[in-house]
Amino acid sequence: MIRQLKYKDAIREAHAQILRDDPQSYVIGLGVPGPTGIFGTTKGLQKEFGEQRVFDMPASENAMTGVALGTSLLGRRPIMVHMRFDFAVLSMEPLVNQIAKWHYMYGGHMRTPLTVRMIVGRGWGQGPQHSQSLQAWLAHVPGLKVGMPTTAHDVKGMLIAAARDDAPVVLVEHRWLYEVTGHVPEEMYTTPLDKAAVVRNGTDVTLAATSYMTLESLRAAEMLSKIGIQAEVVDLRSLAPIDHVTLDASIARTGRLVVSDIGHSIFGVCAEVIASVTETSFSHLKCAPCRIGLPHVPTPTTPALADLYYPRAIDIARTAAAMFNAEHRLPAESRSASGWLDAPDPSFTGPY
Amino acid sequence: MDSQISLEMYKQLRRIRLVEDAIARRYGENEMRCPTHLCIGQEAPPVGVSAHLRRDDLVFSAHRSHGHYLAKGGSLKAMLAEIYGRATGCASGKGGSQHLIDLACGFMGSAPILASTISVGVGAAWAIAMNGEDRVVVVYFGDGATEEGAFHEAMNFASVKKLPIIFVCENNLYSVHSAMEVRQPDRPVAALALAHGMPGHTADGNKIEDVYKLAGSTIERARAGEGPSLLEFLTYRWMEHCGPNDDLAFNYRSPVEVAAWKERDPVDAYRNLLTSRRVLSEAQIRDVDDEIMQEIEKAFSFAKASPFPAPPELTTHLYPPEP
Repeated sequence: MIRQLKYKDAIREAHAQILRDDPQSYVIGLGVPGPTGIFGTTKGLQKEFGEQRVFDMPASENAMTGVALGTSLLGRRPIMVHMRFDFAVLSMEPLVNQIAKWHYMYGGHMRTPLTVRMIVGRGWGQGPQHSQSLQAWLAHVPGLKVGMPTTAHDVKGMLIAAARDDAPVVLVEHRWLYEVTGHVPEEMYTTPLDKAAVVRNGTDVTLAATSYMTLESLRAAEMLSKIGIQAEVVDLRSLAPIDHVTLDASIARTGRLVVSDIGHSIFGVCAEVIASVTETSFSHLKCAPCRIGLPHVPTPTTPALADLYYPRAIDIARTAAAMFNAEHRLPAESRSASGWLDAPDPSFTGPY
Repeated sequence: MDSQISLEMYKQLRRIRLVEDAIARRYGENEMRCPTHLCIGQEAPPVGVSAHLRRDDLVFSAHRSHGHYLAKGGSLKAMLAEIYGRATGCASGKGGSQHLIDLACGFMGSAPILASTISVGVGAAWAIAMNGEDRVVVVYFGDGATEEGAFHEAMNFASVKKLPIIFVCENNLYSVHSAMEVRQPDRPVAALALAHGMPGHTADGNKIEDVYKLAGSTIERARAGEGPSLLEFLTYRWMEHCGPNDDLAFNYRSPVEVAAWKERDPVDAYRNLLTSRRVLSEAQIRDVDDEIMQEIEKAFSFAKASPFPAPPELTTHLYPPEP
């Protein structure tokens, strides 16, 4: 029987193993030791590892990020958790001006081995300030490593890799992945912070995606396969550094590209992927690449508008099918029982 | 006052003054190609504070950091080479005047985003406290930094954890060209300490022995595990905010005000005091200057003779090597 864990439990397991493995490591964040334990990902850790390893903190996202930096200069290895990316926006000064740069701007004399987990919310009216996916900001800043684990396996491996990395690493986690299961080995292992993964092989079109959009891309690939289009799905996993080798190899096989991200399209992850692929693999491209992301408006709260806001598998499938003039052959989309799309699709529970 | 300590503090004051003077004299050669914030007029706080610090105590600073760096024992050669953008600089030329570092003496870094290093210093103090060590952290900043939220957040956490840190505000009355009265209400900066549950003190930052006394008791307090303090030293920047000249032409502060503060020169005042106490002789005054000027000349020669970083340095140190 292959061991299956939910994504959120894989994070908790990674935390526990890191704390056990490295006495310099600690976990900190508002609510980390609290009763809900950051959606279960840090639940019970303080009881197990004590108040000197697992910390609550004041609602001071800016200074506490600087504080974590300060401890890292003396050999500690902090993992800071933000329940919502939107609150981590308050930590951009220490993250962007300081942490990203201290190794470089002090000529290599300083190391800032921090890991920051930023959680992205969606659904049930999370709205304009509880759902933002601003990973493109972070990937734009030299010195930060930025990962977006999609599977339970990868979130455990990437969190452990991040904790062991001497560079600052930000992991962006989508809440809708938390209940999804996948194969997670019990032992401590690392997943590279600079490698994309081909999660479905295909020959006709590459569906590259981040985070939750990887699941949507896998479902789109199923839809496409029913009309005879074989899609390859590439889970980008890492934005900084971005794995051009895997991307280019996939484009060389398929000649077509649809990129999906959980953030805004404009100046975003998809824009970067398409620009770089166009620069390096132009001769392999059989048609113009396409991107699928959020429209350039804030997240609306009402489900009536949020349902229009978030692209889904059918949008990816239609975009890919249009490259073959086969859009009309796709079946109509089925709606959920509630009629709204503001909860995770129940067929997305994995294992992945 | 112990005459040995007095003499040493005078030397440190004079050294910082002469280094800054030398930078100002040569800045117009356009070979020091980075923003450079001189601390002429503000030499007393770093010297009076550092007189109580051990080598393994840690110091963080902001943009006007030459005095803090030198008083803590930072290498003058490496500092000048850094300002000249050379590979031998303390940050390999990648930081410049605003990003000094010398880990050998516990100078942990300076950065110009006003309050940004305050929380980092608090983090270092937290790590020290968690290790059960008796080291202390000093973080220097200006009056402008106390207007940034990060300052208050950092003070709050330092107080919650009773950390071994001393917050040293050098209040020179201006944030670039903006006067105190348009930025803050009429109350001492030190009064902010009360809101954060720690002692706060204001002292004349141009009187080195006042600085020395106040720093001594608060550093002792921090070292004994009794928690953080906020010190406000009233002082004055003689030169322009950034660069080698005066800035009277800008008319944002009056020539009368500038002249009055120059009358209260912290270095001259201390020389006169020590002369009157017969701790310092005319011959010693000359010897101190001669020795410092020789050191400065050598350091400038070293900096100017040093190579620039080689082109591959552009991309090194983006990330530390893989574990």
